[in-house]
Amino acid sequence: MENRPLEYDYTVAKMFMLTTIALGIVGMLIGVILAFELAFPSINTILGSGLAEYTNFSRLRPLHTDAVIFGFTLSGIFATWYYVGQRVLKVSMAESGLLMFIGKLHFLLYIVGVVAVVVSLLAGVTTSKEYAEFEWPIDIAIVVVWVLFGISIFGLIGIRREKSLYISVWYYIATFLGIAMLYLFNNMEVPTILATSPVGETAIGNWWHSVSMYAGTNDALVQWWYGHNAVAFGFTVPIVAIIYYFLPKESGQAIYSYKLSLLSFWGLMFVYLWAGGHHLLYSTVPDWMQTMGSIFSVILILPSWGSAINMLLTMKGEWQQVAASPLIKFMILGSTFYMFSTLEGPIQAIKSVNAIAHFTDWIVGHVHDGVLGWVGFMIMAALYHMAPRVFKREIYSKSLMAAQFWIQTLGVVLYFTSMWIAGITQGMMWRAHDEFGNLAYSFIDTVTVLHPYYAIRGVGGLLYLTGFLLFAYNIYKTWVSDKEVDAERLNQSPMGA
Amino acid sequence: MNIAELSAYGYFALTIFLVIVLYGYIYHLYTKKRDVEGHDYEEYSNMALNDDIGSTPVKPLLRDKEN
Ligand code: HEM
Repeated sequence: MENRPLEYDYTVAKMFMLTTIALGIVGMLIGVILAFELAFPSINTILGSGLAEYTNFSRLRPLHTDAVIFGFTLSGIFATWYYVGQRVLKVSMAESGLLMFIGKLHFLLYIVGVVAVVVSLLAGVTTSKEYAEFEWPIDIAIVVVWVLFGISIFGLIGIRREKSLYISVWYYIATFLGIAMLYLFNNMEVPTILATSPVGETAIGNWWHSVSMYAGTNDALVQWWYGHNAVAFGFTVPIVAIIYYFLPKESGQAIYSYKLSLLSFWGLMFVYLWAGGHHLLYSTVPDWMQTMGSIFSVILILPSWGSAINMLLTMKGEWQQVAASPLIKFMILGSTFYMFSTLEGPIQAIKSVNAIAHFTDWIVGHVHDGVLGWVGFMIMAALYHMAPRVFKREIYSKSLMAAQFWIQTLGVVLYFTSMWIAGITQGMMWRAHDEFGNLAYSFIDTVTVLHPYYAIRGVGGLLYLTGFLLFAYNIYKTWVSDKEVDAERLNQSPMGA
Repeated sequence: MNIAELSAYGYFALTIFLVIVLYGYIYHLYTKKRDVEGHDYEEYSNMALNDDIGSTPVKPLLRDKEN
């Protein structure tokens, strides 16, 4: 080998950091627009009725969910993998031309996929399956992207210097395998051009359009086995991978109990896949399956809290760091929100609670205390920690980071509290009836009552988006800053005032 | 017995088997301090902290004769 000391190579990590931020802005901006459309319906046609097709809620909603899930979150997962993977396996991507090429190809095809998704969803091309809206040609492209991600993971593992796989690596592997399995089975679809109608017509429909291979209840079952586990392997497992690396690293504290991390990992793997039935309570799926969904959802508290408590205990004796560092604040609040939403979810999965909660805004509130408080906070914290090491500059501003933390925390709190009240109000009103069993309210009554809460949610979302823009600005200024750091800081990230 | 019934029994048996494996592993973690290769589990706790490319691995893999 040549004389230059070997260094980790963050080229691909940097690329994905960029898309994390860009797609985060896009996705959250659309989220804010949606929130205000629900509060003030006239916004649906804000650009005139000619363009209403592109600005209405139903066209934008899948764009929001897919941009934040497959854009922001997934990019964050890829960015952290291309950073953490090298470091805990003690091998640089610079050591393998092939892996470097695969990494760049991975990024390139990912961008192609993103463009295809944005264009097709805006044009209204969709399979109408939630979080699986992409038509079959895009699905195939996504499978290729995923395979490249897999090659990157296992390729790096193949040339590692550290034999033992750190707990985060296990979580990344689980993410890869989990999503691969879910995505393939849920997206089994038949292009309509190959179908024959009941009266014998052939070659109907567009070449790109498809219908699910499953029908009726089976379709619902597969869809929510997918939908729920997309939460598991997109919003939980990889984010746990992130916190298991970044919290110990930034705080300089070894994981409180490695054994507990292993126990929680396998516990999570065993339990999560069974819980999807809780999306289909009181539906046409078999009763035993609904009950199983409920029970496994409640059991899920154990492995979830196992990881979260392990993280909180990692800070044992070092709690002053939470006060001192906004970066640690993000992570500690992140794991607290993780505990919070993994308690809330099981409660909502109990059949009698679900009878009120299902189809209401409480579910939307639950989703967002998880994704804003846990997923969003952890991904931003990870990028903050990576920035000084990747750009070799100190973080532009600590006070800006602190301001961002408080603005976003307020935003999350406004979001979920308003949705709690809205959801429970809605649920109670829908089922209220008089002594003869006549419904006490019509649907529009609930809409009127919910208006103020929708407005509050919009404000909460706007605060969160504002914080995210501060984050983007802070990272940008870090990148172009002239305050170089020559030696990489072992733990605490260097920050300017 | 048709194929559907057979796969249902197979699935049930597999589930039971995996549950036994999981509980076996939990029991192992509960009673043993070290893994099969003799490393104390808690040695892995600070792998994130010693992640420099030059720092000594917990379990080195002799990949190539470097430098
Ligand atoms: C600025 C921040 C955000 C705002 C204002 C916002 C707003 C919204 C709105 C208005 C909806 C539609 C709710 C409905 O149909 O009644 C929604 C749905 C959703 N959002 Fe967001 N969002 C934000 C950020 C995020 C992020 C960061 C993620 C994930 C990483 C996310 C994931 C989702 C998901 C999964 C749904 C579907 C929920 C369901 O079907 O129950 N959101 N969001």
